[in-house]
Amino acid sequence: MLFFIEVALSGLMAGVMYSLVALGFVLIFKASGIFNFAQGVMALFAALTLVGLMEKFGMPVWLAIIGTIAVMIALAWLIERLMLRHLVNQEPIILFMATIGLAYVLEGMGDIMWGSDVKVLDIGIPQGAWDWLWDQGIYIEKLEMFAAATAAIMVIVLAIFFQKTRIGRALRAVADDHQAALSVGISLHTIWVVVWSVSGIVALVAGIMWGSKSGVQFSLSLIALKALPVLILGGFTSVPGAIIGGMIIGVGEKLAEVYFGPMVGGAIENWFAYMLALAFLLFRPQGLFGEKIIERV
Amino acid sequence: MSERNLGEVILAVDNISLSFGVMKVLDDISFDIRRGEIRSIIGPNGAGKSSMLNVINGFYHPQQGSITFKGETRKQMAPHRAASHGIARTFQNIALFKGMSTLDNIMTGRNLKMKTNLFWQALHIGPARAEELENREAAEKVIDFLDIQAIRKKPVGKLPYGLQKRVELGRALAAEPDLLLLDEPMAGMNSEEKEDMCRFILDVNSEFGTTIALIEHDMGVVMDLSDRVLVLDYGKQLADGEPDEVRANQAVIDAYLGVPHEEG
Repeated sequence: MLFFIEVALSGLMAGVMYSLVALGFVLIFKASGIFNFAQGVMALFAALTLVGLMEKFGMPVWLAIIGTIAVMIALAWLIERLMLRHLVNQEPIILFMATIGLAYVLEGMGDIMWGSDVKVLDIGIPQGAWDWLWDQGIYIEKLEMFAAATAAIMVIVLAIFFQKTRIGRALRAVADDHQAALSVGISLHTIWVVVWSVSGIVALVAGIMWGSKSGVQFSLSLIALKALPVLILGGFTSVPGAIIGGMIIGVGEKLAEVYFGPMVGGAIENWFAYMLALAFLLFRPQGLFGEKIIERV
Repeated sequence: MSERNLGEVILAVDNISLSFGVMKVLDDISFDIRRGEIRSIIGPNGAGKSSMLNVINGFYHPQQGSITFKGETRKQMAPHRAASHGIARTFQNIALFKGMSTLDNIMTGRNLKMKTNLFWQALHIGPARAEELENREAAEKVIDFLDIQAIRKKPVGKLPYGLQKRVELGRALAAEPDLLLLDEPMAGMNSEEKEDMCRFILDVNSEFGTTIALIEHDMGVVMDLSDRVLVLDYGKQLADGEPDEVRANQAVIDAYLGVPHEEG
């Protein structure tokens, strides 16, 4: 039983790490109906910038984080100026293609600015086993606990932001109906900058957690692939869905690996999430918490 | 209704022409709207009525002509600027935010009245909170006025059509506009709902002094409500005047009945 709890818990924590990435997708999809292919690269880019600012300029952690946030906001502004503004009223597929292009641009920029070697990211997040649980016989990474707590706080803040504030309402309004949003005086340009900035900051948090865990390297941008089944499970438009979807996948794949892996020769962890997503696409395409059937992407 | 004191010209449209490719949608249209009046635009389908409203609030940009709103003359409007200068509107095919509640929809109408910055809003404390409450009060007043308290929390996508039209009017009213554009506010309603909507339009006009421009097909409604009526047909201006004048206008009768008429 103790072993089961340990596996489930560690799965839960790993799942939250997926959720962090999925969250960025949800934000942009919610406010603009765009599936942002570059979300994973944004996480990589943010982590690279953070490491770069700390290493090359010797900034203390807090200053480097503020600097990176500023860079992500500037990036959002540039994306709106150079990309989104020229693609108003285009088909979602065209915007999707544009984000693929964006992914390459960001990847290249990250390389040029900060180099392509694997970097260690240490901003002082506690590492190693969590002692109290270890005494009970359960091994849980402190880093993962930290990530889970951060995710929880982010979700609460975002939920309040979306439900209770003017800009949150404006975001939802823009997602719902462009023309009607314009008619009540919401500026699409501002909203896009805001939403890409917020998802840039979310990408930074994801980049920090993943970077601390496994180093800042190119493969960081590939965690976006793991976020995809999380999105299908939780629903593309739901913030809590991204979190719960991530947890289900994290726990599911760990349990499946440990208990069923030996029967089929292992490696269940690699495909479990995608099979689950496939099943959802067949039976509940809007996901667990999605607002409506997704006809895009 | 005819002998009302109308204010100065709030909106003047001069020689507006709009075409999409070779299709001429509006051809040299000029008219004005006076403060405090209810101004109707009528005409057969495809006459260019909705296009005219879209030009006024900046969705369409005319190739020729100018628009003067509150003394400022422009070649064209931008939707965002139109809204911030006091033009609110509803749409022919209801354009509500379907996933959001009635209250949230009406609160979006308060968007331009709320000024606190992103930082306070993200934290949801301090000035942002006070502002939210203040505007919530204004939204509740609109809800009371339109008698839609019971559906305050319901997602509007699930409401019956007539109520959706009412919520859409509420969102426009929440902006406290100087000029309210209504695109077929009574389309698809039964006679009871129509009567309600008529009453709301008259009340908005008399209680808040809001200037209203509306498009409507129901002639009875138009003639009852309006101070002045503009008639369009195939993008051309057919007649403009008080309801009685328009009703007696030979060109209008011909356009509507499609046959020449014997009597004068």
